[in-house]
Amino acid sequence: MGDWETVVGLEVHCELATATKLFCGCPNRFGDEPNTNVCPVCLGLPGSLPVLNRQAVELAMRLGAAVHCEVRPSIFHRKNYFYPDMPKDYQVSQYDLPINTDGWLELPSGQRVGIERAHLEEDTGKTTHVGGGGRIHQAAHSLVDYNRAGVPLLEIVGRPDLRSGEQARQYVAELRSILLATGVSDAKMEEGSMRVDANVSVRAAGSDMLGTRCEIKNLNSLRSLGRAIEYEARRQVDLLETGGRVRQETRHWDEEEGRTHTLRSKEEADDYRYFPEPDLVPVDPGSAWIERVREALPVLPAERRTALASAAAVDAATPAVAIAVERDLDGLAVAAIAAGGDPARVLTHVEHDLTDERAAGLDPAALATLTTMEVGSLLTATQAKQVLAELVEHGGDPEAVAAAKGFEAMGADALAAAVEQVIAANPAEWERYRAGDDKERGKLTGFFVGRVMKATQGQADGKAVTALLRGRAASSAD
Amino acid sequence: MSSTETALGIAGGVRAGRRSARDVLEEHLERIEAREPELHAFNLVVADEARVAADEVDRRVAAGDDPGPLAGVPIALKDNLCTRGIPTTCSSRILEGWRPPYTATAVQRVVAAGAVVVGKTNLDEFAMGSSTENSAFGPTRNPHDPTRVPGGSSGGSAAAVAAGFAPLALGSDTGGSIRQPAALCGVVGVKPTYGLVSRYGLVAFASSLDQIGPFARTVADAAALFEVIAGHDPRDSTSIPGPPPEVSLALDEGVAGLRVGLLAELRDGIAPDVLARVDEAATALEAAGATVEVVSVPAVTYGLSAYYLIAPAEASSNLARYDGVRYGLRVDAADTAAMNAATREAGFGAEVKRRIMLGTYALSAGYYDAYYGKAQRVRTLITRDFARAYEQVDLLVSPATPTTAFPLGEKTSDPLSMYLSDVCTIPTNLAGHAAVSVPFGTGTDGLPVGVQLLAPAMGEARMFRAAAVLEAAAPAGEELR
Repeated sequence: MGDWETVVGLEVHCELATATKLFCGCPNRFGDEPNTNVCPVCLGLPGSLPVLNRQAVELAMRLGAAVHCEVRPSIFHRKNYFYPDMPKDYQVSQYDLPINTDGWLELPSGQRVGIERAHLEEDTGKTTHVGGGGRIHQAAHSLVDYNRAGVPLLEIVGRPDLRSGEQARQYVAELRSILLATGVSDAKMEEGSMRVDANVSVRAAGSDMLGTRCEIKNLNSLRSLGRAIEYEARRQVDLLETGGRVRQETRHWDEEEGRTHTLRSKEEADDYRYFPEPDLVPVDPGSAWIERVREALPVLPAERRTALASAAAVDAATPAVAIAVERDLDGLAVAAIAAGGDPARVLTHVEHDLTDERAAGLDPAALATLTTMEVGSLLTATQAKQVLAELVEHGGDPEAVAAAKGFEAMGADALAAAVEQVIAANPAEWERYRAGDDKERGKLTGFFVGRVMKATQGQADGKAVTALLRGRAASSAD
Repeated sequence: MSSTETALGIAGGVRAGRRSARDVLEEHLERIEAREPELHAFNLVVADEARVAADEVDRRVAAGDDPGPLAGVPIALKDNLCTRGIPTTCSSRILEGWRPPYTATAVQRVVAAGAVVVGKTNLDEFAMGSSTENSAFGPTRNPHDPTRVPGGSSGGSAAAVAAGFAPLALGSDTGGSIRQPAALCGVVGVKPTYGLVSRYGLVAFASSLDQIGPFARTVADAAALFEVIAGHDPRDSTSIPGPPPEVSLALDEGVAGLRVGLLAELRDGIAPDVLARVDEAATALEAAGATVEVVSVPAVTYGLSAYYLIAPAEASSNLARYDGVRYGLRVDAADTAAMNAATREAGFGAEVKRRIMLGTYALSAGYYDAYYGKAQRVRTLITRDFARAYEQVDLLVSPATPTTAFPLGEKTSDPLSMYLSDVCTIPTNLAGHAAVSVPFGTGTDGLPVGVQLLAPAMGEARMFRAAAVLEAAAPAGEELR
């Protein structure tokens, strides 16, 4: 796709982590028995009236502040359309005066992605179509659960600043980290408390014009998001290159088939007949409240990445740094480095060996000691992994754990002696190694490392052996 | 006891133990039995429930408790006020079989004040109309002349009070639906300041205009009922915080020193005999010590046009929920959209459909600015013009209706002439202000004439003072048949 550029803008809906719904006192809780968390207000019964949830406003403001939005006075509108799971047949949402406008967030790569707005609205109920393959057409009947109706949503509308499925994936991961860090949402894509729609278009590389876009609805995992965007961009390029035209439409991602399908054509825009919601008064949080929210913000992922990168003296875009923050292990890493741990090895362990949430209980000083042992060749990489697993499981002192496992320190002299022994026992292979090019040496490295490992019962460090072989070959070349 | 006994008189007697709430109720039920078949003021009379409630009032009095300021007073409720377990129909087929699981705040308050609910009164379907002929259950007739309409949309409530079925009733006023029928039936009808009475439990027609208010035969009774229902309700976001105006104590204060404006614009198209009564009313206020001058509020002439864009627009949205999915009528069809359409076709009457179509059009993308947007600007203009007038005067006086009660069927085929019935009342709703219609004599046909007093938001105290003066000065009207 060298001649083409993908343009992606995401709309992310997240359910706010409030105790109650947006306009009534019903519990905001996932997974309860259908139609148990309902009242006249969230069912939209005649005569019922909405009363705005203060906590929802606060959470919306918190997200706005975290992504550098202007947090401002706002009003609610009605968005009118008929759907069986929408009790009033209109959705109360924010339209031209949303609570948050004009922000941005920073991806681990340092790229800033614009956020046009993040507005409050109510969720709809949930329809289950029984019979006929689970889609509304041909269904024998439909069941509606209104537990979700009226749950507060924040719709975060990003600008079309993303250029690939991978960037989109990073953006959603970053947004998710921010939502979790601020306590705004539990952001569980699998439970639907975070839902992503992607607007995808393609254009000739270097062009400023936006192409015709398709909207892919309800992407429910980071993996689907990346794949769906890549597929859709490819589809559009193929269409354009064969003289076709992209139709503006809504598409559905089929995870199993790995492709998108037409959901409905959007040749004419829907007319929602927005007008100001007369049952609610304007929301004016006031500068004092906005300021309080800003001051109470926790340290956010981008800032945490910067702190870790600076502690480890690496570039902030280093993948291990992003992973550490994503897994909430950056605090541990910074503390381990502060305790004298080897930065590179600390990051390696965080990236590869500490996927388990239990690692949060790991003593940073123990991790620091462990890396010192590795650097001093007192432990091989394999042995270090085993010791770390034990520390995560039961805690303790890395030296004692290594000793208990019989991981004897193998001094440099002993290792050199073992290498010499293996060379002496395999003169033909050694000659080929010594005289060979890089490719030949590469092939034979495995042979020698294996023999040395066998001779030392696995206590040798493969990397050290390789280094010794290279050194020996270099010195005997002349 | 006569049918003109006041609510305050009844409550005083019941609270003092001089008479029982049960006896009061039975007298009213007898009158209902005698004349309801002819008038059709009610959609439903709840005699059994009322007896239980009246007995409870009597039990409390016997136990030494005070059942409240409206102890034992029968009250009729417009059938768009939700009452737990009792059908609320809005006089529409589409709500067939629906019993709300909750009670409107205003109704809760009158019940807590000791009033006894006798029934749900007829209305124009979803409160859309000016004659109560748009009811799916048949029209209500004017107690003064059953060949004539009682006005609308709270025609059932107005007729119930005029006929002596109950000394008090609640109605709702979106563009005059309390004041216009009050005028045509010769009773007092109050539209309180928007936000003073909670709308929780009032089935919405046009949310930004709807307001619940009292009907009574006397100004003092209306004031007592107003004080019971007014006040902040956390369940209504548009409800005004803080204490509502106290009006009962103001009733005896008279109007000496008040500046009253005779509204210049609302004279064209008004019947001469009605205008004559309005001028007499102004003279009466002057005689009581007020100063009267003619005051212009130019933008009110656009009120009707703005109203017939804003009210239908909100109605088109508020009535979307009657789709056959969750409650009320459902007409089965092949798929959801067809079921929605068939249900709405069968369930709504012609006037409701007309307004839904008007409102849908006014809000649609290409026309929003030309219609809804412009109407909202007119609304702002009206509010501004009223504010300017209230810098000059404390109150305004105008006719409540262009004519006295008109014959049934006269305007049903001509929606525009029907809409003109509310030309005097609508501007108040657009501004969110207070207004009252006070009976003031009769027209040349012997039918009641209502004079309207208008006050700014929260201006109820001075409005009731003037209403009490007009009531005392009113020429004798025709006796009830």
